[in-house]
Amino acid sequence: MYRTTDGEEIFVIDGHVHLWDGSKANLKNVHGQQFIDCFYAYHSNLSPKEYLWPKEKFDKYGEEAMYNDLFVTGYDDMAICQPTYLTDFYKNGFNTTEANYVLKQKFPHRFIVNGAFDPRDGEAGLDRLEELASLYKIQGVKLYTAEWRGDSKGYKLSDPGVQRYFERCEKLGIKNIHVHKGPTILPLNRDAFDVADVDDAATSFQNLNFIVEHCGLPRLDDFCWIATQETNVYGGLAVVLPFIHTRPEYFAHVISELLFWIGEDKILYGSDYGIWSPKWLIEKFMAFELPESVSKETGVQLSLTAKKKILGLNAARLYGIDIEAQKALLEDVRQPAAVGA
Amino acid sequence: MSTARAVQAPAVVVSRSAVDRVAEVWSRLAAVDDPELDESVTELGFVTAVEVDGGSVSIGFRLPTYWCAANFAYLMADDMRQVIAALPWVTDITITLDEHMYAAEINRGVAAGRSFQQTFGNEANGEVEDVRRIFLVKAFQRRQEALLSWLLAQGNEPAMLVRLNMAQLSALASTSTDDDGKTQRLVARYRERRFVVGRCIDEAEQTDEPAFIDTEGAPLNPDGLGAYLRALRRVGVNAEFNGALCRGLLAARYGESCTPASAVEIKPVHFVRTGGSKPGGTFAPPRETRGAAE
Repeated sequence: MYRTTDGEEIFVIDGHVHLWDGSKANLKNVHGQQFIDCFYAYHSNLSPKEYLWPKEKFDKYGEEAMYNDLFVTGYDDMAICQPTYLTDFYKNGFNTTEANYVLKQKFPHRFIVNGAFDPRDGEAGLDRLEELASLYKIQGVKLYTAEWRGDSKGYKLSDPGVQRYFERCEKLGIKNIHVHKGPTILPLNRDAFDVADVDDAATSFQNLNFIVEHCGLPRLDDFCWIATQETNVYGGLAVVLPFIHTRPEYFAHVISELLFWIGEDKILYGSDYGIWSPKWLIEKFMAFELPESVSKETGVQLSLTAKKKILGLNAARLYGIDIEAQKALLEDVRQPAAVGA
Repeated sequence: MSTARAVQAPAVVVSRSAVDRVAEVWSRLAAVDDPELDESVTELGFVTAVEVDGGSVSIGFRLPTYWCAANFAYLMADDMRQVIAALPWVTDITITLDEHMYAAEINRGVAAGRSFQQTFGNEANGEVEDVRRIFLVKAFQRRQEALLSWLLAQGNEPAMLVRLNMAQLSALASTSTDDDGKTQRLVARYRERRFVVGRCIDEAEQTDEPAFIDTEGAPLNPDGLGAYLRALRRVGVNAEFNGALCRGLLAARYGESCTPASAVEIKPVHFVRTGGSKPGGTFAPPRETRGAAE
């Protein structure tokens, strides 16, 4: 909960958090090492100095630190766990629905746990999706299209076979499809970050919501374009938001472009924890005002209403969360973190 | 004494020549752009080392992450090879990409002069020219937007600007009175990408071509210019945002000192008008015009 100087309470749903294990003991190969090292470069490049973690903590921070950083020192009220399996790089996977669900069982009112699917798993993957839906009651999936699988270096949402997965999602009531476009999608000669396949999928599956994480970065320009044309495409702010500290002028540009092209009802806050922490992100976001020159030119405002939508109301709508009821529930269970069991 | 001098002299000449050659290589490499960021590989801090031994040139380069897209990595390596091979004294070139998921394949492929498809075999289903083209067009859009926005801010009339041909644009640049030569620079940058779009034409006849057209080759409408530029601005904002991210990741990976001190300061906020630019050229298209660039 963030309280404004006027005493207004803003309910915060963090649309993108992880509980990962990037420790040496879990590594399978050099790719796993390079993956966590790359995350750490994002962390150290964009975090304020006082929020920098030692690499050891970053590799594996654990449940207690996570609860504390999100809900005790941080302003999150709820958080959505987005899994990234990476089983070709890590022995037990990097950040799995199973590990996330252990956390949810301890703090059922705090976490929403999403599943994942990989269309390259064929029929067995569809069964697995059914299983995730029944075990964990998932309302969403996170797709990481750059995941390596044997000889394959990724897939596109327009690949044959993906359609069946979306059909199954519709049937199972999994309506939120979070898409992370990563590099190295084959064939290598094409633009690895092209977001056009999201456009195709969103057009074909109007009942599903497509939340494009990192707003399609590094193809933010193309993302804005497809998102204006599709009513069911949203932008997740993870990676974009941390620029508010190191490069506020870029953040001003980008958020104004997003507000102009896709609008305040379709932008979702996400910290990408543990890459960045909600405390400083939200303090800076709440304090941020668009420079007058930018709002004059684009005709958009980052108003308090827009901030409330981005920080929680939009995610509440997608995940069917009754904020007043949720506030009451959390009031009942509010207590110091009793984690570590 | 005189004998010793005679012996030393050629050695001095050779070493000076090697220094010159190294400088020549750096200067050529500065003309190679990262296709996605539309900035020079030397200014980005991607080139780490240049060594010259007679006619042999070794170039070391690195990227911000292990995961940077293989096609762009290959294009940069291959472009570097080509600009250096064009130097008359060069006999062989070694380009070494370090710490990248496809480093071995790219280094081997470029060394053997293999095409992209040959280098990557089953992992590619064609050459990279399509993706190169996509980013050349984006570079065109970004450079056109930067130039037009600047010219409008200088008080030029939209109706006049859209009628200029290339020769008239050059004349406008050479008579511009802005203090630091910004108009000249923006025009030069734009000219480098102008013929990515429109008619394919001999260089000698380019001066008669219209200076400003859209990616389809159509002339620009002066009344819709504000909305047109707003749409293009996304492309520039995105490239600059990525450039900032790549610089930051490179610094986080290799240390703060890795970015060149002489790097041109990137001015990201070109539509946040700072004091000093003339009033009157600012377009604030109404929101409902957002589809105008379709």
